[in-house]
Order: sequence, then structure tokens, then C-alpha cells
Amino acid sequence: MPLKRRQIAWRAAQDLPDGACVNLGIGLPTLVSDFLPADREIVLHSENGVLGVGPAPGDNEVDWDLINAGKQPITLVTGGSYVHHTDSFLMIRGGHLDLALLGAFEVSEKGDLANWTTDDPGFPPGVGGAMDLAVGAKEIRVLVEHTTKAGAPRIRRHCGYPLTAASVVRRIYTDLAVIDVTAEGLVVRELVDDLDFPALQAKTEATLRPAHDLKALRAPVV
Amino acid sequence: MIDKRVRSLAEAVAGIPDGAIILCAGFGGAGLPDALCEAVIEQGARDLTVVANNAGTGRTGLAALLAAGRVKRIICSFPRSSGSVVFEELYAARRIELELVPQGIISERMRCAAAGLGGFYSPVSVGTRLANGKEHREIDGRMYVLEKPLKGDVALLRADRGDRWGNLTYRKSARNFNPTMAMAANLSIAQVRHVVELGEIDPEMVITPGIFVDRLVEVPG
Repeated sequence: MPLKRRQIAWRAAQDLPDGACVNLGIGLPTLVSDFLPADREIVLHSENGVLGVGPAPGDNEVDWDLINAGKQPITLVTGGSYVHHTDSFLMIRGGHLDLALLGAFEVSEKGDLANWTTDDPGFPPGVGGAMDLAVGAKEIRVLVEHTTKAGAPRIRRHCGYPLTAASVVRRIYTDLAVIDVTAEGLVVRELVDDLDFPALQAKTEATLRPAHDLKALRAPVV
Repeated sequence: MIDKRVRSLAEAVAGIPDGAIILCAGFGGAGLPDALCEAVIEQGARDLTVVANNAGTGRTGLAALLAAGRVKRIICSFPRSSGSVVFEELYAARRIELELVPQGIISERMRCAAAGLGGFYSPVSVGTRLANGKEHREIDGRMYVLEKPLKGDVALLRADRGDRWGNLTYRKSARNFNPTMAMAANLSIAQVRHVVELGEIDPEMVITPGIFVDRLVEVPG
């Protein structure tokens, strides 16, 4: 079975190391905050100047002065702090964040990332903090559904949509697989149980190869 | 005696000229100086260029200024959000120009202007469409593009507390672009939730020192 969106987020959360400072992009990556492993301290950064993002507030605790990059109300964890925008992006661009988990329209086999515009003329483009994050965090991982709703592959030889940054993505979590971007190309580390490797390749434009210790991709019901 | 307090929103925004570049703080609704934006409608300045992270939501605040047809150009990182109906209508009708700038680059360009610098080299946007036309330069093996300073004629700010010298504090993530914009404009105007006596703000807690603020007006809520 393909993973559901919350399961993709769960899987990405399992790889976050204790002590890491992590930025979660809007959309699918934001869900990762629900699955931080309880045995690790992970500091979540929000581009609008919050270091130490906590869980969503209860209905009576919403404070519209405290929001995340997606403009949703959040809380601050004990030990958290506020900074202004220029310092927040200094953290981003200056390599002070260990990881950024981002969404994508497409990722190429070289790790190129396209996630800011589809060139739809009826839809004004928005770049937000995506380009700063993509070149600034120490490591970029992407969470993305393996194909579009129409079945078109999102992992491609070259991105068709305009790039956010070139050669930055190191790991891709999809509903079907966990894939590393390596100097030797895309290596599949984990694959869902009821899909064989040729079937995964058929849903992927870029050439994949299985890791020699290819594992099953499984997530609990979350 | 230094007293930057003014009694009304009209006094706060007096004298903004047509064609001004207005730095408008806020991220979504947090820290957005909505009352000052609406006061500019009454004040009457037109052909404005607005620098703001988002292009307003609903029909109030920044969105109201856009809806009044006073803004010819907006410099934004993320214009569209849920409720950005006014901007979307103007954009579809080609009645507003959009310059899209990555979020951290808008902020750093303003900081650069505030610091009296002529620009900086940034790795952001290299290899993308947003780097088109920019000077490229390789420094220690990495490619950068030249980004120029961005200075405002006016900054519209929203703070939590302020005193008559113009010292400001903010609340939580409503701080966002306010401190940088306060520094980067010739005329910085703050709407503050509470005006307090000089000395009431602990000097260790001042986020924007009064040197960067020209006028403040109390707007509760």
C-alpha cells in the first residue's frame, strides 16, 4: 500500500537526529511536527522568526501574534526564542540549520528542486523562503507524492518547472519509496511492500537503482 | 524634549508623497500595521510602491490600500495566500505590477540599505529564473549574484509597546520584518498597542531603539 501523507511525514521524522535544528516547509513537511520522536530534542525553526516551534495550540490558546510560515497558529516550546526576519534568514542562509524538509512539484536525478511556480498564468507566483532554504540549510530533504494525481512522475531526469535551486536535494521521501540522491544517481533505500522495483521505475522518469540492502518502507497507521 | 508621539492616525501618515516607496511590515496578519495602511487611503498618496512579504488578505489593512487603487507596484516574496482576493483581482486585471524577491533577500536588501552598504553577493536564486539579469560572481569557488540595497521613503510598522523616544518592543512572531524596516526608511511610523512612559521599557528589552523611529501612534488591540 502507498503511504498516506501523514505516513510520509512520520517516515521523514524518524530520520531526524537528536539536537537537530530543522525547518519544515509549508504543506506536507509541516505535518512532520506531529511525529517528532519522543526520545529526541529537535528544534523546529519557522522562517518568520520562531526558533522552537511547539505543537498547535488548543482552541482557547490561539494567539495570532504567534504563527508559522503557513500562517497557522502555533506555540513556542520551553527554551524557544523569537528573532526578526533578517536574523531568521541569516540562520537559514548561513548554514545554521541542520536540515530543511521541503515540498516539491518536481525533483531531478541531480537533486534539482522545483517548488515555487508552475507558470500557470492565472496563478501569481510566490517564492517565499524556498530559495533561501534550498541553498542555505546544511541538508535538504524533500517530501513529495511519487506522481501527480494524473500519474505523471515527479522524480524526473530534468525538472520541467522552473528551478528553486540546482543540485541541493539529498533524500526524497515519497508515498512509495525512500530515495537518496548520490553522485552515482538515485538509489532506492526503501520500497513499499506490494510494489516491485520495476513497477516503481515505471512510475519514475529518472533512472533508479536499488540499494544492495533495499528495505521495506513501512509506517504505522497515524 | 523628544516626543515622537502623535495624536491621530492622520497625523501619523501626514506628508507621504505620491510615488513613495512604502515598506510595510508584517507576515500574514502578524505585525501588519493595518490601521496605518488604512490611514494612507484617507491621506491620499497614490502611485505607491509597497514592499511587503505578502499582498494582504481580506479587504482590510494592506488589502484595503490595494483595493483603493493606490499601489502601482508591489515587491513581495509570497503575494498569494488564503484570502488574498484583492491582490489576485488586481493581478488578473493587470492593474498591479509584481516584483517577486526571495523572502530573505527582501529582508537583507533592506538591512543593507539601513547599514549604508552598496549591495551584497548572495547564493540565493543562482541557476534560477530570478537570477536573470543579475551580476554573477564566483567567490572562493561558489557562485553568487549581486543584490542591491532596498531603501524605503516610508516604513509602516506595528509594535507592542513604544515610548516617546520611539523605543519599540514586539510580541512573539509579530516582530518579523518590523525591526529591519524601521531601520531602512527615511520616515518610520509605528502603530503601537500601548504607549508607555519613558523608562518603562527595560533597556535590555528594547528591540528597535528610538533612533530608527520618527512617529508613533497608539492603536489598541
